[in-house]
Amino acid sequence: MADIFAYIEHNQGVVDDTALELLAAAKKIFPDAPVTAIVMGSGGDVDKVANEMTASYNAVWKVDNAAFSFPDAEAARKALVNILPGDCVLLLPHAHFGMDLSPGLSIKLDSVFLSDVVDSEGLDGNTLKVIRQEFSGQVSTHVHADISNGAVINVRPGVFQPDESKAGGGDVVDKSGDIGDVSVKRKYLETVQAEAGEVDITKSEVLVSVGRGVEEEDNIEMMFDLAEAMGADVSCSRPIVDAKWLEKARQVGTSGQTVKPKVYMALGISGSFQHMGGVKGNPFIIAINKNPKAPIFQMADVGVEANILEFVPELTEKIKEL
Amino acid sequence: MEILVCVKRVPDTAENEIEINSEGNDIERDDLVYSVNEWDNYAVEEAIQIVDKVGGSVTVATVGDEESEEVLRREMAMGAQNGLLLTDDAFEGADGKGIASILTAAVKKGNYDLILTGAQADDGAAEVGGMMAAMLDVPYASLVNTIEVQDGKLKIGREVEGGNQDMYEVEMPCVLSIQTGINEPRYVGIRGIRKVASVEIPEQGASDLGIDASNVGGDAAKVKRIDYFVPEMGEGAEMLEGSTEEIIEKLVEYLKAKGGLK
Ligand SMILES: Cc1cc2nc3c(=O)[nH]c(=O)nc-3n(C[C@H](O)[C@H](O)[C@H](O)COP(=O)(O)OP(=O)(O)OC[C@H]3O[C@@H](n4cnc5c(N)ncnc54)[C@H](O)[C@@H]3O)c2cc1C
Ligand SMILES: Nc1ncnc2c1ncn2[C@@H]1O[C@H](COP(=O)(O)O)[C@@H](O)[C@H]1O
Repeated sequence: MADIFAYIEHNQGVVDDTALELLAAAKKIFPDAPVTAIVMGSGGDVDKVANEMTASYNAVWKVDNAAFSFPDAEAARKALVNILPGDCVLLLPHAHFGMDLSPGLSIKLDSVFLSDVVDSEGLDGNTLKVIRQEFSGQVSTHVHADISNGAVINVRPGVFQPDESKAGGGDVVDKSGDIGDVSVKRKYLETVQAEAGEVDITKSEVLVSVGRGVEEEDNIEMMFDLAEAMGADVSCSRPIVDAKWLEKARQVGTSGQTVKPKVYMALGISGSFQHMGGVKGNPFIIAINKNPKAPIFQMADVGVEANILEFVPELTEKIKEL
Repeated sequence: MEILVCVKRVPDTAENEIEINSEGNDIERDDLVYSVNEWDNYAVEEAIQIVDKVGGSVTVATVGDEESEEVLRREMAMGAQNGLLLTDDAFEGADGKGIASILTAAVKKGNYDLILTGAQADDGAAEVGGMMAAMLDVPYASLVNTIEVQDGKLKIGREVEGGNQDMYEVEMPCVLSIQTGINEPRYVGIRGIRKVASVEIPEQGASDLGIDASNVGGDAAKVKRIDYFVPEMGEGAEMLEGSTEEIIEKLVEYLKAKGGLK
C-alpha cells in the first residue's frame, strides 16, 4: 500500500479550509491508511501550522526554508520530488497553487495526475476510480487511473466535508534537511493586490449578477435597471470581466470577490464551481437561465427557465410598479 | 522570438448544450459545433502581440485528426505564421500525459523560446502545459494574465485568489499556460479565413516526431475516461412555472420575503 500525503495550504500561519477536506478525501479513497500532512513554509508559521495539523493527521512532515516564505510551486516541486517516495499518493487542493504545481510533479514522480476530482468510488486493486466533470460541470465522468506508480490528485475545494474528527495524533518530522537544491528559474517578485472598484460587492446585501447569457455589452444596461429597481448592486461572472464589459472588482468567484449577500440573483450564469466558490453565507439564490439543465439550477433555491433578455425588462417594470 | 502555441479543437459550449449519447460512453457529437478552446484563443492573441512587438514568428500546433486542421487555419487567420498538425492513428486514446509527450516531441524538433498553452481545455484537466514543462525541464507558470518581454527574460503575472496577481521573472525557454482576460482576441472574419484557406499545413505522425507510438496512445494511457453521466442530484431549485406574469408575481413575492427588494 502506497504512502498517502496531503499538502496543507496556509497563508502566513492561517490554515486553509482545504486542509481537512483533503483528509476527508484521503479517508474516502483509502479508508484505513495513515495520512501524512506536508507543511511547507518559512519561520514560525510552519511550526504553528505543523503543530495544528498533528491533531488531525497521523504524521506531519514540515519543511522550513526561506524559499517557501512565499508559496512557490516551482521550488516546492523540486523539494517534493526529493522527499516523497516515488510511488506515493499526494493530495492537493485544485486551486491556483495546485494547478501550478501538480501536473509537472506527476511527471517528475512518474505517477499519474488526476485533476479537479469531485468524488471517489474507491480503489480496485491498483485502479483508482474517481469522478470528474467536464464542460464547466455540464457533464460528469467516471475516470479510472492505474496508480501502481503513485498518483498526484488535485481535489476540488469545497466538495468534501472537512474531517473534524481530530483522530490524528501524529508527530512532526522535520524534512527541511532533505529537500536538496530548490533554486528555480522563475523568480518571485511581488504580489499585486486587486484594485478596488466603484462598488464593494463584498458588502452588498442584494446582488444582481450577470453572466455570459447577457450576450452583448449593450444588454448590461438592462441588468443595471433591474438592480436599481430592486435596490441591489450589480456583480458578474468572469467572462463579463474578460470581455471588459464590467470592472474586475465586480467579479464573483475564486479569482474574484467572495460575496455574502442575503439574495443572489444569477442571470445567465451556468454555475461553475469557480463562480459559486465566491458565493458564501448561504444566500437565497435565484437563477434565471434559458437552459433547464444548467448546473446553477442544482444550487439555486428558486429557478426560472427564461431568456433573460426578454424576462428581465418585464420583471423590472413590475418591480417599478410596486 | 519563436513561439509555439498549443491549441485544441473542442465542442463550443456557447453554441451547444452538451448532452450524453444513448450508450453513455460519449457526449452526443452529431450536430455539435466545434471551435478552438477559449483559453487557447487568448494564448494565440498574446503570442501574436509579442511577435508584433519584438519580432519572430508564431506556430500553432494541435494533436488531433484531419478535422482539427480547421482550428489551425482559424488561428493562422488571426495572424499565426505556421501551423502544425500532429496526427497519427496511434495517437488515438492518448491521455493528458500522452498529449503532452506528443507536443513535447514537436517542441524538441523546433527551436522555440516560448511555449504557450491554454490554462485548461473545456473537456480537459488543466494539465498539458505543466506536464510539457516538466518533460522539457524548463520553468512553468500557470494562469498567466500578463506577459512583458524584458531583455532575454519575461516578466509575467499569475492570477491567484481574489483577483490578486503574483509577479515573476522567468527565464526562457519556458512554458506558460494562459488565463482568459489577458488580452482581447481579435475578430476573425470570413476574409481572413479565405486568405489562409489554401496554405499548406504540414502533418507529422509518430515516426516524423521520433516517438514510439506505443508510449503515447490509448494503450499507454494510465488515466482513462470510462463514461459520461449526469449525476443524480438533490431536488435542486423550485422551478417557477406558469405564464410570464404569474412567474414574475411569484418571484416578486420571494424577493419581498427574502429581503431582495429595498
Ligand atoms: C483558475 C480559474 C479561475 C476562475 N475564476 C472564476 C471566477 O472568479 N468567477 C467566475 O465567474 N468564473 C471563474 N472562472 C471561469 C469559470 O470556470 C466559468 O468559465 C465561468 O464562471 C462561466 O461564466 P458564465 O456562467 O457567465 O458563462 P457560461 O458558463 O458560458 O454560462 C452562460 C449561461 O447563460 C445561459 N444563457 C445564455 N444565453 C441566455 C439568455 N439569453 N437568457 C438566459 N440564459 C442564457 C446559458 O444557458 C449558460 O448556462 C475561472 C476559471 C478558472 C480556470
Ligand atoms: N490535443 C491537443 N492539441 C494541442 N494542444 C492541446 C491539446 N490538448 C490540450 N492542449 C493544450 O493544453 C491546454 C490545456 O489542456 P488540458 O490540459 O487538456 O486541460 C489547452 O488549452 C491547449 O493549449
